[in-house]
Amino acid sequence: MDKPFAITLDPGSSLANRTGSWRTSRPVYVDRLPPCNSQCPAGEDIQGWLFHAESGDYESAWRHLTRDNPFPAIMGRVCYHTCENACNRGRLDEPVGINSVERFLGDEALKRGWKLSPPASDSGKHVLIVGAGPSGMSAAYHLRRLGHQVTVHEAGPLLGGMMRFGIPKYRLPRDVLEAEMQRVADLGVRVVLNTKVENILETMHAGAFDAAFLAVGAHIGKRAMIPAGDAARIIDAISLLRSMEGEEKPLLGRRVVVYGGGNTAIDVARTAKRMGAEPLIVYRRTREKMPAHDFEVEEALQEGVMVKWLSTIKQAGESSLTIEKMALDSKGFPQPTGEFETIEADSLVLALGQDVDLRLLEGVPGLEVSDGVVQVDGNMMTGHAGIFAGGDMVPAQRNVTVAIGHGKKAARNIDAWLRGEQYVPPPKHEVAVFENLNTWYYADAPKTVRPMLDIIRRQSTFDEVQGGLDESNALFEARRCLSCGNCFECDNCYGVCPDNAVIKLGPGKRFEFNYDYCKGCGMCVAECPCGAIRMEAEEI
Amino acid sequence: MSIQPVHFYQTGTFTVGNRLLAPEERSVQANMQRTNSLNSGHRACQGCGEALGARYAIDAAMNAARGRLIAANATGCLEVFSTPYPETSWQIPWIHSLFGNTAAVASGIAAAIKVKRQKGQADDVRVVAQGGDGGTTDIGFGCLSGMFERNDDVLYICYDNGGYMNTGVQRSSATPPAARTATTMPVGPEPGNVFGQGKFVPAIAMAHEIPYVATATVADLRDLENKVTKAMGMRGARYIHILVPCPLGWGAASHDTIRLARLAKETGIFPVFEAEHGDVTGVLKIRRPQPVEEYLKLQKRYAHLFGKKPAVETIARLQALADKNIRKYGLLDREAN
Repeated sequence: MDKPFAITLDPGSSLANRTGSWRTSRPVYVDRLPPCNSQCPAGEDIQGWLFHAESGDYESAWRHLTRDNPFPAIMGRVCYHTCENACNRGRLDEPVGINSVERFLGDEALKRGWKLSPPASDSGKHVLIVGAGPSGMSAAYHLRRLGHQVTVHEAGPLLGGMMRFGIPKYRLPRDVLEAEMQRVADLGVRVVLNTKVENILETMHAGAFDAAFLAVGAHIGKRAMIPAGDAARIIDAISLLRSMEGEEKPLLGRRVVVYGGGNTAIDVARTAKRMGAEPLIVYRRTREKMPAHDFEVEEALQEGVMVKWLSTIKQAGESSLTIEKMALDSKGFPQPTGEFETIEADSLVLALGQDVDLRLLEGVPGLEVSDGVVQVDGNMMTGHAGIFAGGDMVPAQRNVTVAIGHGKKAARNIDAWLRGEQYVPPPKHEVAVFENLNTWYYADAPKTVRPMLDIIRRQSTFDEVQGGLDESNALFEARRCLSCGNCFECDNCYGVCPDNAVIKLGPGKRFEFNYDYCKGCGMCVAECPCGAIRMEAEEI
Repeated sequence: MSIQPVHFYQTGTFTVGNRLLAPEERSVQANMQRTNSLNSGHRACQGCGEALGARYAIDAAMNAARGRLIAANATGCLEVFSTPYPETSWQIPWIHSLFGNTAAVASGIAAAIKVKRQKGQADDVRVVAQGGDGGTTDIGFGCLSGMFERNDDVLYICYDNGGYMNTGVQRSSATPPAARTATTMPVGPEPGNVFGQGKFVPAIAMAHEIPYVATATVADLRDLENKVTKAMGMRGARYIHILVPCPLGWGAASHDTIRLARLAKETGIFPVFEAEHGDVTGVLKIRRPQPVEEYLKLQKRYAHLFGKKPAVETIARLQALADKNIRKYGLLDREAN
């Protein structure tokens, strides 16, 4: 007994007291699905690549992004970024400028010459892709990365499909398009240009292909029955936009009337403006009902494009058109009023939608066509085994992002099919809703707006209208990401635990709970900024 | 203000850590090698604000003193839940005093260290005294005032949870007006604690014109650590008063501890400021102003204010107290953030 006076026990540590036994519910780390990722038609892990961009590691961000979508520079220009509408930050101040950061990463990759990673293995299978548009090239990329041999047949003289022949230069400069397409071809994808597939089964047989992915797009402009004199100059929008890519620019005259209210109508009108014409859009309903995106309408109006709402074209003559005024009925449908008007027009461009050229599919057994598009199952496979389809030729929204998403999805299913399996997508996490966030921790930071070209140059040249972000404001924008539902290692749980029951594992390794001592107070859950911890009832 | 905000836009300076900050800009609590002065296994209630506040403060003090620190600890929750004989959660040199004499014990330790230094001990050792609001504002007040008056080289930290929680939630002189405790029941014409003269010890400490006085809450770690670090860089008597919500005594959910501390600051009920030699030198501004109800209604000790007939008049009086703080300390600033 050499202890001090009145002391009988050795000093001990409270670690002997396992306070975890008090717990009735336990915190658990989770990864929730950020709303942007959930929304993205191309299935990008947006929060995931922003995480890398936040630390200034743009190459890792780009590599993470291109796991899902090989065309960030294109996306950063033409994607309608519905992700930003879904962004939780929109309820705090303004959505994160996802699209502008994506463009920055895409441009950075082109500037620095980053290459896509080549396939790790060779499967010995050979897949035919018909159409070198966004869907076809996306499928080519993913199939190649999965180790398959890929041959792309393209009817046109250049890569890009509708991105080249449907989207004007001022929205998508051709060097950007060219570079991102070529980067996929550089992975060892064989591209055969100027070769139209007339009969898919014959082509597949002749080339001994194991499977095919069809993505021929919708290239045939819809016509409307408009009584017209012999001298009336009427062309369809897609032919017009396509001829803009050639040597000989189309002759439209001074007064160009564009008939339709979609994005293509806007593209045509803005193109005509840049060629020195005075474009007028005629649309049968109101601006609110216009299918074109509002920002595109706004940009067109800024550039001096005129629009005649609630009007249909009844007759076309040599230098004039007869227009009938419409009125919306109680259901919002336009009804004729019997009031007519004559306007001067040197040419009439029809932008009334497009149809798919389905001739290559004639005589394919099992294949089903309805409403002018090819029917596919949930795996993007048509009724004929081994033939898959995507993009504008299947029932879906028609835009570049959806098409790229189809390409990825089809590639995964083709890969599984070639191995005699079914592709099973990994289970989706629950969506990270705004209510799970603790927004106190986020500093106020308004969105960075991209510069716009001045109006005179927008009216007279095909220079790109929207500029990009530079490094410092791209970084700022990336850091506005709330990282919804995914731990970004802010150390809050590690700090706020009154019981030291959170173990910090080190940079990049996140955290772990020490359930021996966690009393289940739930403070870590309440104070996690991004909602990456959940309380679960303890089995007692 | 003591904090220089780092302009980092994802989470500003509000989170505990931040993977994108340089190591020297990170908080002590974010460090994997923090002292964990108050270790796991202590018997504090779920979501205890005092356990959290004590680890925040003492880890920061240990960091500032490079591990050479002695803490004296008044009787109270903090001592009872951390050190039931023979176990202890403290991982620092620590001495338990009587309920009322912690300031005096710390003064004695400081004196002993001074003598040892005079006799040639090379390394300095710093002294911290800590206690709850009962041991500080009531029972230990005389010793504390003496320590201030002699300007002893001690940092005294008071963890204020507004009552004697350990013995069953009795009223202390830090219990706020209208709050229910075991000894201020919600009965009679003025239910709950009385609207008295108030006894705000930080103001009394300032009246002693000691080198440093500060208030803080467990909701703002960076501010708290900054103040402890600043106090440890000074000599003489220093006082830090930390608001630590008590789920048991306040009748609040255990996960709301930090939220309550944040609301106390954001409503103006608890002013967060610092003062040197008797003058206020900085305040932590309100970032998202809120009415006091937001703070009150989360706590059962104020439940009698929100019955079938809300006690509008009492709530208005509490709001008036908060508004007075906002005016007096200048807590509102349109350009805050």
